[in-house]
Amino acid sequence: MRHWLNRRIDRRRFLKASGGTAAGLAVAGCTVTAEEQQGTAQQEAPKATLPYPRTAIARASELTVDEPVTFNYPDEQSPCALLKTGRPVDGGVGPEGDIVAYSTLCSHMGMPLTYDAEARTFKCFEHFSIFDPELRGQQVCGQATDDLPRIQLTYDESSDELSAIGVAGLIYGRASNIL
Amino acid sequence: MQSVTDRIPLPPVSAEKRQLVCHFCIVGCGYYVYKWPINAEGGRRPEENALGLDFTIQLGAMQTSLSPQMVNTIEERDGQQYNIMIVPDRECVVNQGLSSTRGGQLASVMYNGQGASANRLEHPHLHTGDDWVAVGWEQAIGLYARLTKRVLDREGPDQLFFNLFDHGGAGGGFEDTWGTGKLIFSGLNTKMVRIHNRPAYNSECHASRDMGIHELNNSYLDAELADVILCLGGNSYETQSNWFLVHWVPDIDGSSNAKKREYFESGETAEPGRIIIVDPRRTPTVAVAEEVAGAERVLHLQPHPGTDQALFNSLLTYAYDQGWHDAELIERHTRGFDEAMRANRLSLEACSRITGIDEADLRKAAEWAYAPKPSGHRPRALHAYEKGIIWGNNNYRTQAALVDLAVATHNVNRRGTGVVRMGGHQEGYIRPPYPGGRPAPYIDEEILAGNGRMLTVWACNAFQTTNDAERYRKEVVRRSQIVRRAMAQANPYDLDALADAIDRAVTEEGGLFITTIDLYTTKIGQHGHLMLPGAHPGERDLTAMNGERRMRLSEQFMDPPGSAKADCLIAAHMANELRALYEAEGNAEMAERFAGFDWAAPEDAFEDGFRRANQEGSEASGHGDANNRLVTYDRLRAMGNNGVQLPVKEYRDGELIGTEMPYGSYEFDTEDGKVHFIPAPWEGFLEAAAEQKQKYPFWINNGRTNQIWQSAYHDRYIDFRRGRYPLAPLEIHPDDAAELGVDNGDIVEVRNDYGTVHALAYLEPDIPRGQTFMMFGYPYNVAGDITTPAVDENIVPYYKGAWGELRRIGRYEGLAQGVSFKRRRYR
Ligand code: SF4
Ligand code: FES
Repeated sequence: MRHWLNRRIDRRRFLKASGGTAAGLAVAGCTVTAEEQQGTAQQEAPKATLPYPRTAIARASELTVDEPVTFNYPDEQSPCALLKTGRPVDGGVGPEGDIVAYSTLCSHMGMPLTYDAEARTFKCFEHFSIFDPELRGQQVCGQATDDLPRIQLTYDESSDELSAIGVAGLIYGRASNIL
Repeated sequence: MQSVTDRIPLPPVSAEKRQLVCHFCIVGCGYYVYKWPINAEGGRRPEENALGLDFTIQLGAMQTSLSPQMVNTIEERDGQQYNIMIVPDRECVVNQGLSSTRGGQLASVMYNGQGASANRLEHPHLHTGDDWVAVGWEQAIGLYARLTKRVLDREGPDQLFFNLFDHGGAGGGFEDTWGTGKLIFSGLNTKMVRIHNRPAYNSECHASRDMGIHELNNSYLDAELADVILCLGGNSYETQSNWFLVHWVPDIDGSSNAKKREYFESGETAEPGRIIIVDPRRTPTVAVAEEVAGAERVLHLQPHPGTDQALFNSLLTYAYDQGWHDAELIERHTRGFDEAMRANRLSLEACSRITGIDEADLRKAAEWAYAPKPSGHRPRALHAYEKGIIWGNNNYRTQAALVDLAVATHNVNRRGTGVVRMGGHQEGYIRPPYPGGRPAPYIDEEILAGNGRMLTVWACNAFQTTNDAERYRKEVVRRSQIVRRAMAQANPYDLDALADAIDRAVTEEGGLFITTIDLYTTKIGQHGHLMLPGAHPGERDLTAMNGERRMRLSEQFMDPPGSAKADCLIAAHMANELRALYEAEGNAEMAERFAGFDWAAPEDAFEDGFRRANQEGSEASGHGDANNRLVTYDRLRAMGNNGVQLPVKEYRDGELIGTEMPYGSYEFDTEDGKVHFIPAPWEGFLEAAAEQKQKYPFWINNGRTNQIWQSAYHDRYIDFRRGRYPLAPLEIHPDDAAELGVDNGDIVEVRNDYGTVHALAYLEPDIPRGQTFMMFGYPYNVAGDITTPAVDENIVPYYKGAWGELRRIGRYEGLAQGVSFKRRRYR
């Protein structure tokens, strides 16, 4: 029996799915430990339980609406996206309260998500799950049993800097968000 | 608010491992349960956890399906706590490691007395006229049996009514269909029974069966071998998710081509499959199919609602006129073709007028499905149908037209073909013969006419799943109140006095005594008088079969909540009590009717029912054949999550050998072994529905969404699901919405001559103007309230045949603000 997990990933589909965000994406982020960052004011207290690092990602003024910026958090093996939605959203930070970030490993089985700027959703081309970044990563339709894990952000007005400080929800492929 | 989880415990290598078949849809995906003490945990290195996965690093995509919903803490009756993890089985041929959004939550619904499960019924409850009180089983069954006996002795079985599940999987299984059937049909001998989701005791596939073809007549593998899949009135991405993802997708994206070459004749063209989807609505399945196969290999036909039969007839006519039928098969293995062909004859042009589908598209569909392939071989066309047909306009005639078409073109019995229902629940039917005739009595109408003294509602909920539901609900509640008033006056602890008081209320005052057997308090149960707690897969052993007749054993791995027990054992308790009552008064004949329920566990019911079924002299009949006797729990357990496909051929070398294609020898289920064609000329719409269609501007199509299973009996308590749909969504075209002044998240009222419901507006440009789509079977406003009493000749309702008018009621931010109104179509 040929295992479906080894199913040919149609190259056309893959490129189409990933092309939207592969081109012209800023990649940012450098990981520093929480200890190094102690003393910096946080605007949103993390609700999570693990010792997450604090990682600077980007400046809010550098972001363009609907153009996600990729970064890794809480470590190099975990791809995420920072998104300016253009309207204030629940859990959003930044001057307009419209900046959010999510793990881009599908919460179903970890395939890479792409952002569809027209539909304003994250989509997975493997089993077609759709997540809403403007509503805490709610699964709109699809095969996951959990919304998309949210990266908790903090915004420092004086430096215009956005930092990741925690994760709400389990990142795909981990027993713990901190390896 | 969903709780935030950023780590989960891993099962240690020593964790107990059991097999469990997902019970949330027909597909029946295989899962494993790991169970281990609460104070233990496996390590992250692969040799330290039972999954054998390396959690010290980020796992690659597709290596696992593991989410916080797959983990839970449970508590057994002795107070011991355990962790459980329920994950998909990669070796199961059905799902091959995939979980769906429903199956992925198997662990999270298991009982621990908290969260969603805090709502489970733990003990029998009796209504005392003003409130519910927990009572013991002796008291509950004591009352039930006393009242049953009074009604039975004085008025006979026709005043004992049942709303009864007839399936496998959740709230069912071979053990339970048998236990209830033996009590109700052999013991009580009543015919006043309806099925869980329709108002009479009938089949949804009478036509197919009358023709000699059981509706589950191929294997899931056949989808991978099809040249074309016809998806007829179904939305399989959402409702048979893993059949679609694991077996349809490889067909239409071409990755099963190698498999095709293996099964096809030499020289036969083997190309990526195409798909024809027949649905007035552009469903999420259409969107996904176009993404996977490319729009050029997907044909979406959008007939006017209720006209599918005309479509099938014209496809048959066209295929026949082109000579694409199989004359040899028709000659050797069928009867009545010429007559059916004459009756069904319909030109493409006439069909186009009825259905609104372009003639060119009709021709294209016929060519894709029935024209010889480049190699000259007959194409392999899998015809899969579900509620659009089953609950469409005139089930019997529409299904007959479809099966006529599939058989005439030889799309049965060859690999890559089949004319199959997609299915909702799993199956698992073994019962004595139904004591009524056909058509069976229209039970809901009988209730409305004041008949029935007792109504026992077994693992179902007609308030959410019947047609013309508003009228039914009002009458049931009214009649129930009469009994409650009487009960308020009686001593609840004097069973005979209480039974007498209820008996008077139901015989002299028109009351209705309602007992429900369920996991939770249901919408109908809360208006009743007695609630009995059932047990869930995992809390008891259970066997069932999926849409390819694959039978498995789901093993018990924990205690049921409180004193809850398996349905077959509840039925046995009722029977044993009735027997004791008849014995006590020396009525040996009646006592004998309730004999043979000496069961301690579901396995006893299995031995008594399934294993004796379909044999000479046995009253038990149903799925499988006489070889059911070869199946034991031990043998099934050894077959794991792959189980065996019924009917069983033999038991050899420690293995049960099953059947992939049930009519391989061209011996069909008729007396002469031939397929009997049924003439099915297009005769228009069922009357009650046609009337509403004339009167009202909007078609109120209804059906499922993937995140909600069945009546939402678990889902209504789970944030991830209830939060998504706090009120049943109603998809509507933005231009129609604009004309009505309706925006996303507004509450709209849908009204027609039969009732009124409220729904949450969800704007969707793919919905045609003048149509809407409302989630079916949901507790938070029931689409069935506005369906008509229109039924086919076997009392199968035309649930999809609702029309109504809409108006904006208002808006409640508390409902709307947590709901995403982004598009549910992948593209
Ligand atoms: S497809 Fe059906 S059986 Fe399979 S996991 Fe999903 S709900 Fe369960
Ligand atoms: S991996 Fe994304 S939907 Fe399955």
